[in-house]
Amino acid sequence: MRIPVLSLGRILLVSIQEDLTDSDAMQFQSDLVERVAETEALGVAIDITALDVVDSYMARVINDTAYMVRLLGAEAVICGVQPFVAMTLIEMGRDLLGADCAFNLEQGLEILKGRIAKRGDTRFDEDEDA
Amino acid sequence: MMQHQNVPQPMPPERPADPIPSWPPSVASVCVRVETEPDIAAACREIRWLAERMGFARSPAYYLATAASELATNLLIHAGGGWLRAASVAGRHPNEPPGIELVAEDAGPGIADLALALTEGYSTAGGLGCGLPGVERLMDVFAMDSRPGHGTRVRAIKWP
Repeated sequence: MRIPVLSLGRILLVSIQEDLTDSDAMQFQSDLVERVAETEALGVAIDITALDVVDSYMARVINDTAYMVRLLGAEAVICGVQPFVAMTLIEMGRDLLGADCAFNLEQGLEILKGRIAKRGDTRFDEDEDA
Repeated sequence: MMQHQNVPQPMPPERPADPIPSWPPSVASVCVRVETEPDIAAACREIRWLAERMGFARSPAYYLATAASELATNLLIHAGGGWLRAASVAGRHPNEPPGIELVAEDAGPGIADLALALTEGYSTAGGLGCGLPGVERLMDVFAMDSRPGHGTRVRAIKWP
Protein backbone atom coordinates (compact mmCIF):
# COMPACT_ATOMS: atom_id res chain seq x y z
CA MET A 1 0.00 0.00 0.00
CA ARG A 2 1.48 3.33 -1.05
CA ILE A 3 0.58 6.44 0.88
CA PRO A 4 -0.42 9.33 -1.39
CA VAL A 5 1.53 12.56 -0.94
CA LEU A 6 -0.70 15.56 -1.70
CA SER A 7 0.66 18.99 -2.40
CA LEU A 8 -0.99 22.21 -1.36
CA GLY A 9 1.08 25.03 -2.78
CA ARG A 10 4.54 24.27 -1.43
CA ILE A 11 3.31 22.31 1.53
CA LEU A 12 3.00 18.52 1.33
CA LEU A 13 0.26 16.59 3.11
CA VAL A 14 0.42 12.91 4.01
CA SER A 15 -2.16 10.98 5.93
CA ILE A 16 -1.09 7.65 7.39
CA GLN A 17 -3.91 5.12 7.61
CA GLU A 18 -4.08 1.96 9.67
CA ASP A 19 -2.37 -1.33 8.96
CA LEU A 20 0.89 0.01 7.66
CA THR A 21 3.39 -2.83 7.51
CA ASP A 22 7.04 -2.17 8.24
CA SER A 23 8.03 -2.23 4.59
CA ASP A 24 5.15 0.14 3.74
CA ALA A 25 6.46 2.45 6.42
CA MET A 26 9.94 2.46 4.90
CA GLN A 27 8.44 3.03 1.46
CA PHE A 28 6.45 5.97 2.86
CA GLN A 29 9.59 7.45 4.37
CA SER A 30 11.62 7.31 1.19
CA ASP A 31 8.70 8.47 -0.98
CA LEU A 32 8.10 11.50 1.19
CA VAL A 33 11.74 12.48 1.57
CA GLU A 34 12.33 12.17 -2.19
CA ARG A 35 9.23 14.18 -2.91
CA VAL A 36 10.30 16.96 -0.53
CA ALA A 37 13.69 17.17 -2.23
CA GLU A 38 12.18 17.04 -5.70
CA THR A 39 9.59 19.77 -5.15
CA GLU A 40 11.67 21.78 -2.66
CA ALA A 41 8.63 21.82 -0.42
CA LEU A 42 8.68 24.31 2.44
CA GLY A 43 6.68 22.28 4.89
CA VAL A 44 5.25 18.81 5.47
CA ALA A 45 2.20 17.91 7.55
CA ILE A 46 2.03 14.25 8.58
CA ASP A 47 -1.49 13.34 9.69
CA ILE A 48 -1.81 10.30 11.96
CA THR A 49 -5.42 10.81 13.09
CA ALA A 50 -6.34 7.35 11.79
CA LEU A 51 -3.64 5.53 13.77
CA ASP A 52 -5.02 3.93 16.95
CA VAL A 53 -1.98 1.89 17.76
CA VAL A 54 1.50 3.34 17.32
CA ASP A 55 4.26 1.00 18.43
CA SER A 56 7.87 2.01 18.94
CA TYR A 57 8.76 1.07 15.36
CA MET A 58 6.03 3.24 13.85
CA ALA A 59 6.88 6.09 16.22
CA ARG A 60 10.48 5.86 15.11
CA VAL A 61 9.54 5.95 11.42
CA ILE A 62 7.34 9.02 11.93
CA ASN A 63 9.92 10.77 14.05
CA ASP A 64 12.82 10.00 11.72
CA THR A 65 10.80 11.14 8.72
CA ALA A 66 10.09 14.47 10.39
CA TYR A 67 13.80 14.95 11.13
CA MET A 68 14.82 13.93 7.60
CA VAL A 69 12.41 16.48 6.18
CA ARG A 70 13.97 19.14 8.42
CA LEU A 71 17.47 18.18 7.35
CA LEU A 72 16.44 18.86 3.78
CA GLY A 73 15.33 22.35 4.75
CA ALA A 74 11.58 22.01 5.17
CA GLU A 75 9.45 22.28 8.30
CA ALA A 76 7.53 19.26 9.59
CA VAL A 77 4.51 18.95 11.86
CA ILE A 78 2.79 15.77 13.06
CA CYS A 79 -0.98 16.18 13.29
CA GLY A 80 -3.75 14.36 15.10
CA VAL A 81 -2.00 12.19 17.69
CA GLN A 82 -4.87 10.36 19.42
CA PRO A 83 -5.15 10.67 23.22
CA PHE A 84 -4.59 6.95 23.78
CA VAL A 85 -1.63 6.96 21.43
CA ALA A 86 -0.11 9.82 23.44
CA MET A 87 -0.69 7.95 26.72
CA THR A 88 0.81 4.74 25.35
CA LEU A 89 3.87 6.44 23.85
CA ILE A 90 4.69 8.29 27.06
CA GLU A 91 4.15 5.13 29.11
CA MET A 92 6.52 3.21 26.83
CA GLY A 93 9.28 5.78 26.94
CA ARG A 94 9.82 9.45 26.44
CA ASP A 95 11.20 10.91 23.24
CA LEU A 96 9.28 8.51 21.05
CA LEU A 97 7.70 11.46 19.28
CA GLY A 98 10.08 14.37 19.49
CA ALA A 99 8.83 16.35 16.52
CA ASP A 100 6.31 19.19 16.72
CA CYS A 101 2.67 18.20 16.94
CA ALA A 102 -0.70 19.80 16.32
CA PHE A 103 -4.26 18.76 17.19
CA ASN A 104 -5.39 18.46 13.60
CA LEU A 105 -4.40 19.13 10.02
CA GLU A 106 -5.82 22.65 10.06
CA GLN A 107 -3.72 23.69 13.06
CA GLY A 108 -0.75 21.86 11.63
CA LEU A 109 -0.96 23.95 8.46
CA GLU A 110 -1.21 27.15 10.54
CA ILE A 111 1.92 26.17 12.46
CA LEU A 112 3.77 25.37 9.25
CA LYS A 113 2.80 28.67 7.65
CA GLY A 114 3.78 30.60 10.76
CA ARG A 115 7.12 28.88 10.96
CA ILE A 116 7.88 29.33 7.28
CA ALA A 117 7.07 33.05 7.60
CA LYS A 118 9.26 33.32 10.73
CA ARG A 119 12.15 31.72 8.91
CA GLY A 120 12.02 34.69 6.58
CA ASP A 121 11.36 32.41 3.68
CA THR A 122 9.91 34.62 1.01
CA ARG A 123 9.44 31.82 -1.48
CA PHE A 124 6.15 30.91 0.15
CA ASP A 125 4.68 34.44 -0.16
CA GLU A 126 5.72 34.65 -3.79
CA ASP A 127 3.86 31.45 -4.50
CA GLU A 128 0.75 32.71 -2.79
CA ASP A 129 0.71 35.81 -5.00
CA ALA A 130 1.37 33.94 -8.20
CA MET B 1 -57.07 -23.15 10.21
CA MET B 2 -58.90 -19.78 10.43
CA GLN B 3 -60.62 -20.48 13.75
CA HIS B 4 -57.31 -20.57 15.54
CA GLN B 5 -56.65 -16.94 14.75
CA ASN B 6 -58.68 -15.48 17.61
CA VAL B 7 -57.55 -17.94 20.22
CA PRO B 8 -55.42 -15.95 22.67
CA GLN B 9 -51.86 -17.04 22.56
CA PRO B 10 -50.51 -18.33 25.86
CA MET B 11 -48.02 -15.97 27.42
CA PRO B 12 -44.46 -17.05 26.90
CA PRO B 13 -43.10 -18.55 30.09
CA GLU B 14 -40.85 -16.36 32.20
CA ARG B 15 -37.31 -16.81 31.05
CA PRO B 16 -35.43 -18.52 33.87
CA ALA B 17 -32.48 -16.61 35.27
CA ASP B 18 -29.33 -17.45 33.39
CA PRO B 19 -27.57 -20.04 35.55
CA ILE B 20 -24.23 -18.93 34.12
CA PRO B 21 -23.44 -15.30 34.84
CA SER B 22 -22.36 -13.33 31.83
CA TRP B 23 -19.24 -12.28 33.69
CA PRO B 24 -16.51 -13.38 34.01
CA PRO B 25 -16.15 -15.05 30.62
CA SER B 26 -15.19 -18.67 31.11
CA VAL B 27 -12.47 -18.81 28.48
CA ALA B 28 -11.55 -16.09 26.06
CA SER B 29 -8.46 -16.41 23.98
CA VAL B 30 -6.80 -15.41 20.75
CA CYS B 31 -3.90 -17.19 19.10
CA VAL B 32 -2.10 -15.72 16.12
CA ARG B 33 0.77 -17.18 14.14
CA VAL B 34 3.12 -14.31 13.25
CA GLU B 35 4.97 -15.10 10.05
CA THR B 36 4.57 -12.05 7.84
CA GLU B 37 4.19 -8.34 8.44
CA PRO B 38 0.41 -8.21 7.99
CA ASP B 39 0.14 -10.75 10.82
CA ILE B 40 1.42 -8.09 13.22
CA ALA B 41 -1.49 -5.76 12.50
CA ALA B 42 -3.90 -8.71 12.61
CA ALA B 43 -2.59 -9.87 16.00
CA CYS B 44 -2.82 -6.37 17.34
CA ARG B 45 -6.43 -5.98 16.16
CA GLU B 46 -7.53 -9.38 17.50
CA ILE B 47 -6.07 -8.62 20.91
CA ARG B 48 -7.76 -5.23 21.05
CA TRP B 49 -11.08 -6.86 20.20
CA LEU B 50 -10.53 -9.45 22.91
CA ALA B 51 -9.85 -6.68 25.44
CA GLU B 52 -12.95 -4.79 24.32
CA ARG B 53 -15.10 -7.93 24.53
CA MET B 54 -13.83 -8.55 28.05
CA GLY B 55 -14.88 -5.07 29.07
CA PHE B 56 -11.43 -3.49 29.38
CA ALA B 57 -11.37 0.29 29.57
CA ARG B 58 -9.92 1.98 26.53
CA SER B 59 -6.51 2.84 27.89
CA PRO B 60 -5.52 -0.65 29.07
CA ALA B 61 -6.95 -2.00 25.78
CA TYR B 62 -4.64 0.29 23.80
CA TYR B 63 -1.69 -0.54 26.06
CA LEU B 64 -2.34 -4.23 25.38
CA ALA B 65 -2.63 -3.68 21.62
CA THR B 66 0.62 -1.71 21.56
CA ALA B 67 2.43 -4.31 23.68
CA ALA B 68 1.10 -7.00 21.30
CA SER B 69 2.42 -5.03 18.36
CA GLU B 70 5.87 -4.73 19.96
CA LEU B 71 6.00 -8.44 20.81
CA ALA B 72 4.79 -9.48 17.36
CA THR B 73 7.38 -7.23 15.72
CA ASN B 74 10.08 -8.81 17.91
CA LEU B 75 8.91 -12.31 16.92
CA LEU B 76 9.25 -11.44 13.26
CA ILE B 77 12.49 -9.44 13.39
CA HIS B 78 14.50 -11.51 15.87
CA ALA B 79 13.11 -15.02 15.44
CA GLY B 80 11.64 -15.01 11.94
CA GLY B 81 8.18 -15.77 13.32
CA GLY B 82 6.41 -17.31 16.28
CA TRP B 83 3.14 -17.53 18.16
CA LEU B 84 1.37 -14.75 19.96
CA ARG B 85 -1.41 -15.83 22.32
CA ALA B 86 -3.70 -13.82 24.51
CA ALA B 87 -6.04 -15.36 27.07
CA SER B 88 -8.10 -14.28 30.03
CA VAL B 89 -6.59 -14.99 33.44
CA ALA B 90 -8.35 -14.89 36.81
CA GLY B 91 -8.14 -11.60 38.67
CA ARG B 92 -5.73 -11.09 41.56
CA HIS B 93 -8.61 -11.49 44.01
CA PRO B 94 -11.80 -13.54 43.64
CA ASN B 95 -13.95 -10.44 43.27
CA GLU B 96 -11.71 -8.70 40.75
CA PRO B 97 -12.37 -8.93 37.01
CA PRO B 98 -10.10 -11.12 34.90
CA GLY B 99 -7.03 -9.78 33.16
CA ILE B 100 -5.42 -10.67 29.86
CA GLU B 101 -2.20 -12.59 29.58
CA LEU B 102 -0.04 -12.15 26.48
CA VAL B 103 2.39 -14.92 25.58
CA ALA B 104 4.88 -14.50 22.76
CA GLU B 105 6.81 -17.65 21.97
CA ASP B 106 9.37 -18.42 19.32
CA ALA B 107 11.99 -20.99 18.44
CA GLY B 108 14.52 -18.39 17.41
CA PRO B 109 18.12 -17.86 18.49
CA GLY B 110 17.16 -16.92 22.05
CA ILE B 111 18.53 -14.12 24.18
CA ALA B 112 21.89 -14.64 25.89
CA ASP B 113 21.60 -11.73 28.32
CA LEU B 114 18.03 -11.10 29.43
CA ALA B 115 18.94 -8.11 31.60
CA LEU B 116 20.70 -6.45 28.67
CA ALA B 117 17.69 -7.04 26.38
CA LEU B 118 15.55 -5.19 28.92
CA THR B 119 17.95 -2.25 29.12
CA GLU B 120 16.64 1.03 27.83
CA GLY B 121 18.18 1.88 24.47
CA TYR B 122 19.81 -1.48 23.80
CA SER B 123 18.97 -2.97 20.42
CA THR B 124 20.54 -5.59 18.20
CA ALA B 125 18.36 -5.01 15.14
CA GLY B 126 18.63 -1.26 14.71
CA GLY B 127 15.48 -0.45 16.62
CA LEU B 128 14.98 2.27 19.20
CA GLY B 129 15.77 -0.19 21.95
CA CYS B 130 12.53 0.48 23.76
CA GLY B 131 10.44 -2.46 22.58
CA LEU B 132 10.86 -4.89 25.48
CA PRO B 133 11.34 -2.25 28.19
CA GLY B 134 8.28 -0.53 26.70
CA VAL B 135 6.23 -3.72 26.98
CA GLU B 136 7.42 -4.13 30.57
CA ARG B 137 6.15 -0.64 31.39
CA LEU B 138 2.87 -0.99 29.50
CA MET B 139 1.91 -4.26 31.20
CA ASP B 140 1.34 -4.96 34.90
CA VAL B 141 3.19 -8.28 35.17
CA PHE B 142 6.13 -9.17 32.97
CA ALA B 143 8.30 -12.27 32.75
CA MET B 144 10.72 -13.46 30.13
CA ASP B 145 12.72 -16.62 29.77
CA SER B 146 15.02 -17.73 27.04
CA ARG B 147 17.42 -20.52 26.24
CA PRO B 148 20.04 -19.49 23.70
CA GLY B 149 19.58 -21.64 20.62
CA HIS B 150 16.13 -22.83 21.66
CA GLY B 151 13.89 -19.79 21.68
CA THR B 152 12.33 -17.18 23.86
CA ARG B 153 9.07 -16.81 25.73
CA VAL B 154 7.69 -13.53 27.00
CA ARG B 155 4.66 -13.52 29.29
CA ALA B 156 2.89 -10.40 30.44
CA ILE B 157 -0.42 -9.67 32.15
CA LYS B 158 -2.58 -6.58 32.03
CA TRP B 159 -5.41 -6.00 34.51
CA PRO B 160 -8.44 -4.07 33.28
